[in-house]
Amino acid sequence: MKTIKLLALFFISGLAMTSCSSDDDGGENDEELITTVVLTLTNTANAADIVTLTFTDLDGEGGNEPVYTPAVSTLSTNTTYTGSIQLWNATENPPEDVNEEIVGEADEHEFFYTPSVAGMTVVKTDTDGDGNPLGIETTVTTGTVGTGGLNVVLRHEPSKPNDGTLAGAGGSTDVEVNYSISVQ
Amino acid sequence: MRFCAIIVLFAYFQVGFTQNCDSILLGELKDFHDNTPIVGATLFIKNLNKYVTSDENGKFKIENLCKGEITLVISHIACETKTVTYNIDGDVFKSVFLEHHLEQLNEVVVSANTKIDNTSIQRSLKKETIDDFSDKSLGDALNTISGVSSLNTGNTIVKPMIHGLHSSRLLIINNNVRLFDQEWGDEHAPNIDINAAGRIDVIKGANTLMYGSDAIGGLILIRSQNYAAKDSIFGTTSLSLNTNGWGGNINSEIVRTYENGLYGKLQASYRKFGDFESPEYQLSNTGLRSVNASARIGYKSFEKGFEAYYSFVDNEFGILRASHIGNVNDLVRAINSGEPQVIDDFSYDIDNPRQSILHHLGKVEAYKRFKGLGKLSVQYDFQINRRKEFDLRRGNRSNTPVIDLRLFTTSLQSNLKIDAYDNLKLNTGFLLRYQQNNAVSGTGVSPLIPDFDKYDVGAYVTGTYNLDLFTEVSAGFRYDFSRIEAEKRYRLADWNEIYNYDELFPEFESGTIEDSRILTFPEFSFHNFSASLGLTRHFSNDIDLFFNYGLASRMPNPSELFSDGLHHSAARIEIGLLTMQKEVANKFVMSIERNNQNFGFTVSPYYKYINDFIQLIPNGITTTVRGAFPVWEYNQINARIFGIDIDINKKISNFFSYNGSISLLQGDNLSDDIPLINMPATNFTNSITYYNEDLNQLSVGLRQKTVLQQNRYPDYNFFTFDPILQEDVFVDISSTPSAYTLVDFNSSINFKAFKTGNLNIAFNVSNLFNVSYRENLNRLRYFADELGRNFNIKLKLNY
Repeated sequence: MKTIKLLALFFISGLAMTSCSSDDDGGENDEELITTVVLTLTNTANAADIVTLTFTDLDGEGGNEPVYTPAVSTLSTNTTYTGSIQLWNATENPPEDVNEEIVGEADEHEFFYTPSVAGMTVVKTDTDGDGNPLGIETTVTTGTVGTGGLNVVLRHEPSKPNDGTLAGAGGSTDVEVNYSISVQ
Repeated sequence: MRFCAIIVLFAYFQVGFTQNCDSILLGELKDFHDNTPIVGATLFIKNLNKYVTSDENGKFKIENLCKGEITLVISHIACETKTVTYNIDGDVFKSVFLEHHLEQLNEVVVSANTKIDNTSIQRSLKKETIDDFSDKSLGDALNTISGVSSLNTGNTIVKPMIHGLHSSRLLIINNNVRLFDQEWGDEHAPNIDINAAGRIDVIKGANTLMYGSDAIGGLILIRSQNYAAKDSIFGTTSLSLNTNGWGGNINSEIVRTYENGLYGKLQASYRKFGDFESPEYQLSNTGLRSVNASARIGYKSFEKGFEAYYSFVDNEFGILRASHIGNVNDLVRAINSGEPQVIDDFSYDIDNPRQSILHHLGKVEAYKRFKGLGKLSVQYDFQINRRKEFDLRRGNRSNTPVIDLRLFTTSLQSNLKIDAYDNLKLNTGFLLRYQQNNAVSGTGVSPLIPDFDKYDVGAYVTGTYNLDLFTEVSAGFRYDFSRIEAEKRYRLADWNEIYNYDELFPEFESGTIEDSRILTFPEFSFHNFSASLGLTRHFSNDIDLFFNYGLASRMPNPSELFSDGLHHSAARIEIGLLTMQKEVANKFVMSIERNNQNFGFTVSPYYKYINDFIQLIPNGITTTVRGAFPVWEYNQINARIFGIDIDINKKISNFFSYNGSISLLQGDNLSDDIPLINMPATNFTNSITYYNEDLNQLSVGLRQKTVLQQNRYPDYNFFTFDPILQEDVFVDISSTPSAYTLVDFNSSINFKAFKTGNLNIAFNVSNLFNVSYRENLNRLRYFADELGRNFNIKLKLNY
């Protein structure tokens, strides 16, 4: 083996300007990774009633499966919540606030909320620079007792403005999480 | 003429007392290879205007020579005429080497039937055919050969496929240098400028050992032209313009040759297209830009020669914008919608997603012939491939590539061709190769292919033997040792629990764990044995029979071992496995050929059995922050591929001729008893051409190509939960598109231009009826139709 390496070395030496030795990059972190999606719902009638829905997948695509905490989130019936969604990349130290990038490119992004609990609605309350919905801030209203899911999708480069539905928005999906909800 | 040889002159010294006109020159002509005398060579003594001939012993005698110079012109059938001048001062003794292999030296272009080996089963594309594809890719040109298809990503990234096999299973040899350009990726097309090629051979059979042991699919040989050793300067400039994509190609080349054997060639081409269109919509972001240049300089004589070659390819390909999708629900949406999700107006801009690839190739080659032995050649080459892939990214990262790989390859190889025996020819040689992949840092994405160093050592011997005038056999053996040493970080969960590498490969662990990733140093060594056997038999009526058997083995490529990442265009995560073993193939190819202008044919059945065939197939679904993704994993199975390629040419009348071909292929995954993934469907072509030599070589033709639906495919369709619809939806990734028929029209005419040059004008229409269709072997077939009608004009000026 040694001879081969030496020979190989001999070949490259003549081409030193074109070939560099392998750089040790110390392992590249996935800069665009989103590890954590936190939806915070604050009861408009009672600021102390805060429900936090968290999605975590610390090792990104592959590896361990993502985790929802709590597994099922409990909301009160006929209540209005102020919603705010926060994206983190927790592999950075300190964790990177991904919302900053979303806000910075608000015209290229939009959140879509699709509840499958009867009577539950989500209304986007913030806008991008062009006055189109963005969806970091929301108003969430619950109805009667029920269970189901809340699907949250962040679309990159959707058509804006759009008809407000996922199907009509186009673009590619950057985030898709499904929180389990129990309204009681 | 096999006696054609080097001539040795022996002048016998005689003591002469007079200085004038009584010297005697005795000579003897001998065969360069086996020292047999050359009979009947003509020697013209210029000064005396007198002829002598060598006798039955190859000897000759010239008497009564005066003091001073004597010039001999020695000629013999099939030998190049040689002129030598000696100073006669008393008696002299000189040895002269005569150049021979005239046919090799004197052709301006490579002659039509130079096979790499007389027993090899191959098809060729000549320069004229290559010129028709000046604004297309290598894959497009090869697609015209029966049994050759392509795996496409869109319409510009075209990967050749022989008998359903592609990527690392095909060896692409450019000017005697094996191309290494991250060819393991399905969406990576070979970085070849087709305009630099003089001739392209596709070797379907087994006689490929000189180039490597892993040509399971076959070999693609791109050769440059040979030039005659005469004082000349000539060139070609061609321009091609197209309506589909509103772009084209300009290519220019100039060649200078000298009588002493020196030659040089410069070539450059530029290609640019905007967005292409299908019959019904614009294919947004499918444009391309390509800048290529090559230079050759060399010296060629019978005894010795050298060549230096350098080529440069700079490609930028836009990738259909609508093919960038986020997760499997996006994929379902794309499949069900039937048309691209993004259709913009025509533009020349190449936005993300896109590929930007730079490829440098350089080589130096030298050869020398040795008396009574053969020809020894030595070649050194290097290649640098820099591949950058850009994707739609967040936060001002659009100019930061997601993939940035630099692959450096260098090799030293030597070949000794022993042709001293009449009936036996031997080739033997060795190869040393070093390869280094550098996943360039700064992408902000963990690299798809890690840093690695690879070492190869190989040696081979092949031989052909003439049993009799009509029968020739060949055999060969090759051994390769390969070692790969990589450096890669694995997610701890993958390393320990999911793939169990901590128990299988504890020796690769470095002990360093950062951010729940473990640094590892995987190392693998492979010993590959390969062999070939060939037989050719010539029958009357121009019929030849060929039979090839080949044993080929291939080590898993870096992609199959290490790849780990998300492919947006396929909404899939691709995983390579460290447990991959080498692939071993046994292949049998037969061919019955009749070379005849009036009625010729080739019937070529083949059968390949591949042990531990490595394939990439869907294996479950993983959930990520982007939603669900199918995971495609490499696995190994036993596979069988067999089929038949048939070509027919028939002259109908003086002006009309017919060509037809059909390729049938079946691929089976024997381990799971299902069809093999990504196999080309049955296809056939018919073309009819009118050609009139007297009418400015006018040629008008129609060509029809039909590709049937592939009904034999493995069903990897699955269901995924759609949270919006609150139900499982069907993900149809396996079903194949329906059959289609395309008709092309082509015409060309030649005019004289200047004194010696000529102008060729061609007008072509492809997809004449503007048919909407999708091709099973296009990775973007889920998103958009293939190209619609295109009008093309080509002007080619030879001067």
